[in-house]
Amino acid sequence: MLKNRIIPCLDVKNGRVVKGINFVDLKDAGDPVEQAKIYSDGGADEICFLDITASNENRDTIYSVVEKTSKKCFVPLTVGGGVRCVEDINKLLNCGADKVSINTAAVDNSKVVVDSSKKFGSQCIVVAIDAKKNGDKWEVFTHGGRNNSGIDALEYAQQMERNGAGELLVTSMDRDGTQVGYDISLMSKISSKVNIPVIASGGVGNLDHLADGIKSGKASAVLAASIFHYGKYSIKEAKDYLDSKGIPVRI
Amino acid sequence: MNVTIVDYKSGNISSVINSFKEVAKDKVTIEVTSDLNKIKSSDKVVLPGQGSFKSCVDALNKIKGLTDTLNEFAINYKKPLIGICVGLQMFADVGYEETETKGLGWISGKVSKIDNQNGKYKLPHIGWNQINIVKDSKIFKDIENNSHMYFVHSYEFVPNDKKVISATTDYSSNIVCSVEKENIFGTQFHPEKSDRIGLKIIDNFINL
Repeated sequence: MLKNRIIPCLDVKNGRVVKGINFVDLKDAGDPVEQAKIYSDGGADEICFLDITASNENRDTIYSVVEKTSKKCFVPLTVGGGVRCVEDINKLLNCGADKVSINTAAVDNSKVVVDSSKKFGSQCIVVAIDAKKNGDKWEVFTHGGRNNSGIDALEYAQQMERNGAGELLVTSMDRDGTQVGYDISLMSKISSKVNIPVIASGGVGNLDHLADGIKSGKASAVLAASIFHYGKYSIKEAKDYLDSKGIPVRI
Repeated sequence: MNVTIVDYKSGNISSVINSFKEVAKDKVTIEVTSDLNKIKSSDKVVLPGQGSFKSCVDALNKIKGLTDTLNEFAINYKKPLIGICVGLQMFADVGYEETETKGLGWISGKVSKIDNQNGKYKLPHIGWNQINIVKDSKIFKDIENNSHMYFVHSYEFVPNDKKVISATTDYSSNIVCSVEKENIFGTQFHPEKSDRIGLKIIDNFINL
């Protein structure tokens, strides 16, 4: 039986791990290579790096972080943030990333998803959707949550599946950093609209939230940052908890 | 001893390289090349594969003499070879991803899309799933039945002769996830991404 995945996410800025509250107010939580190794040794099913300010700054630091991490971690590594073109994806994959997540570029130019999934295979193309509620729908935001594209997130999710995305990483901007739980309604709506796996992100504050993301949000995988970074819970505690709730996990 | 990872310019093989180097340490030389002479003279060969069946076969064929060299290595000289993911799938006679494409024909069978039962199962089959070991395989030495391995694929290898199957995994149906036919080994899952247990499989292959 396929297991639900737990994915600790490391937000990386200038080669250091940070985690923001609603995308601002950054705190330092350590070295990404060491953190990733701790997570993979602790039973993380995948590791995710998001280079959060990459759109504006020198990106070279992330390449060496990825290169060092991939020599120490033998679970899948997803890297995103500031990925603009097929060549960026190529570089990250060559450094040892197993999947690349594309956010702003997928909105600006849908050819990036089409071309990269053809070139490298859908299995390594994750489209990251930052969605914010507006009335009774959700809109897709870009540039680390700064710009509203006005695009309907549900329609966009389906479009990205058609364009060749292998997975969708869906972040609720309303919930990100709040620790009040995933936007379950957003997750379950997107998950039921697409046939590719959905990774739920944004808002985890406790282990119940992880269970909700899978049970009610219908996510195939759950992503979280702060609850793991600051030692509130270990990956193992999270897995044991999900297991106790009858959710299949790799233990 | 030296082990060659065939670099035929298809997909991302850095994780395969990293994992083999991690396991090999200084005892075994890991070469990454498409040089035909180096492949011929190596003791073992790793055939990775990412992307579609067609793109991998096309990439193999683009390198003049590579298919013949691999045939000679695996079929004539019967030296150990392991295919990973699409590398395994290419053992088949034919694949149906994108369009009908001829495979290497080493293990008779076809590669077709996983039946998602009208959307009940998401594709790709991504994540950790347990393997059900159905026959002894040299690469499963000290690997427990029901171990978790990391999968990413939408197509499955369906061999004609079920005796080659060494493990299956349950996703929609019993999907073939490992084969062994004489000197030829293959895994649909990614041992290079399957944590310590995956590295053990690589270690078993290197130590054959």
